[in-house]
Amino acid sequence: MGQESKLVASFAEAVADIPDGAVIAFGGFAAPGTPYNLIKALLAQGARNLTCIANTTGGAHQPRMPDIAMLVENGQVRKVICSFTAATRPTDVLPFTKFYEAGEVEAELVPQGTLAERLRAAGAGIPAFYTPTAVGTELAEGRETRVFNGREYLLEYALPVDYAFLRAHRADAAGNLQYRLSQRNFNPLMAMAARTVIAEVEEEILPAGAMDPDQVHTPGIFVQRLVRIPPAPEGIWPVRRQERAR
Amino acid sequence: MSDRMGWSRQQMADRLAREFQDGWIVNLGVGIPTLCSNTDIGDRQVIYHAENGVIGYGPVLPEGQEDLHLVNAGGQNVSLNPGAAIVHHADSFAIIRSGRIDVTVMGAYEVSCTGDFANWKVAGAKGGGIGGAMDLAAGAKRVFIILEHTTRKGEPRLVRRCALPVTARGVVTLVATNYGLFEPAGEGFRLRELAPGITRDMAQAATGAPLIG
Repeated sequence: MGQESKLVASFAEAVADIPDGAVIAFGGFAAPGTPYNLIKALLAQGARNLTCIANTTGGAHQPRMPDIAMLVENGQVRKVICSFTAATRPTDVLPFTKFYEAGEVEAELVPQGTLAERLRAAGAGIPAFYTPTAVGTELAEGRETRVFNGREYLLEYALPVDYAFLRAHRADAAGNLQYRLSQRNFNPLMAMAARTVIAEVEEEILPAGAMDPDQVHTPGIFVQRLVRIPPAPEGIWPVRRQERAR
Repeated sequence: MSDRMGWSRQQMADRLAREFQDGWIVNLGVGIPTLCSNTDIGDRQVIYHAENGVIGYGPVLPEGQEDLHLVNAGGQNVSLNPGAAIVHHADSFAIIRSGRIDVTVMGAYEVSCTGDFANWKVAGAKGGGIGGAMDLAAGAKRVFIILEHTTRKGEPRLVRRCALPVTARGVVTLVATNYGLFEPAGEGFRLRELAPGITRDMAQAATGAPLIG
């Protein structure tokens, strides 16, 4: 049985084999569910030419936590696929924006629901789908649309990934994951879209059989590696972010 | 801004929130739209939906009382109201695209009298911030917009055609500005209410399309 082998002793070991050119999805929406420890380990590991997929590239708030923009600053990223390359408010400046606007990194800007559905499709064996989102906008220019029941829809393709980095609240040795509250967000979708899933876990890993099967959010068949997050300061835990000056 | 006239930001939000009906599922954008949740709408109850899969969130919690596993779409540490539920991102946007959101309230740079609006990309930028705006605009039953009536240079934000890249076309049903309440009506904006101290002539002079009604 390979179940025991899902437990990995360190974040460094969990990301050691990530090759240059890997396509990696990062869970999380704001702080909850963001795999800060795995991102930090990837910064040290140094793989380059990465494609990074996440809702945002991070860095909009203080204190700054490990984020995709740090991987960009570290010269590790070729392309980002996300729903923000700039902040919602023009007065906020994301660390990533200057690299993108200067042409030092590529970006594919995707509406958030389309990003979620492209990941879901990849994990569901669906190669493409039509959505009403972004019809009539700059994003749809030159792309295939089709009318169903009198309304125009835009063709979008599944987004399979090599690796997914997740953060879960609880796991068992079989790799079954539970998220807590808004930690769930993109994590279950990225797990299913990925060939290799690495999860950082907040609570002690339970033995197989200790988790109620009805309460599993991501089944262990999708999860290859688990790392228990140590207490701070060795492990990274979210803190309440500072309010922005307006 | 000292020369700002008419409604305050909270008053703009209040005016739109008073349109909310009992039982509506409401999605509030980041920034001024968030202020709609402060409005007293009597005994009507609405359910707040956030893009990150939180259905039924409540007020932002003070420091020390927050749960760091729970944020709304603006990343604020909120509470949950009785009856709340959590779903993943694909289900959250399934709720949006399938028309379950009764109203979304968003900020914008421009709104046209044909119901187009622009809120994801500023002039001259290569990228922008879309977030859930395009999905919400395409899927919600109603799209309400809150914005200042003019730019800092005094140029109209209510226009015949958006100059900036649009978020969606033909979807905006109601607009609150510091000058009043307006409805995109095809050839122009239907004037529903004026804020205190604002005359129709003042509003027309600051609007890039005809005022109707």
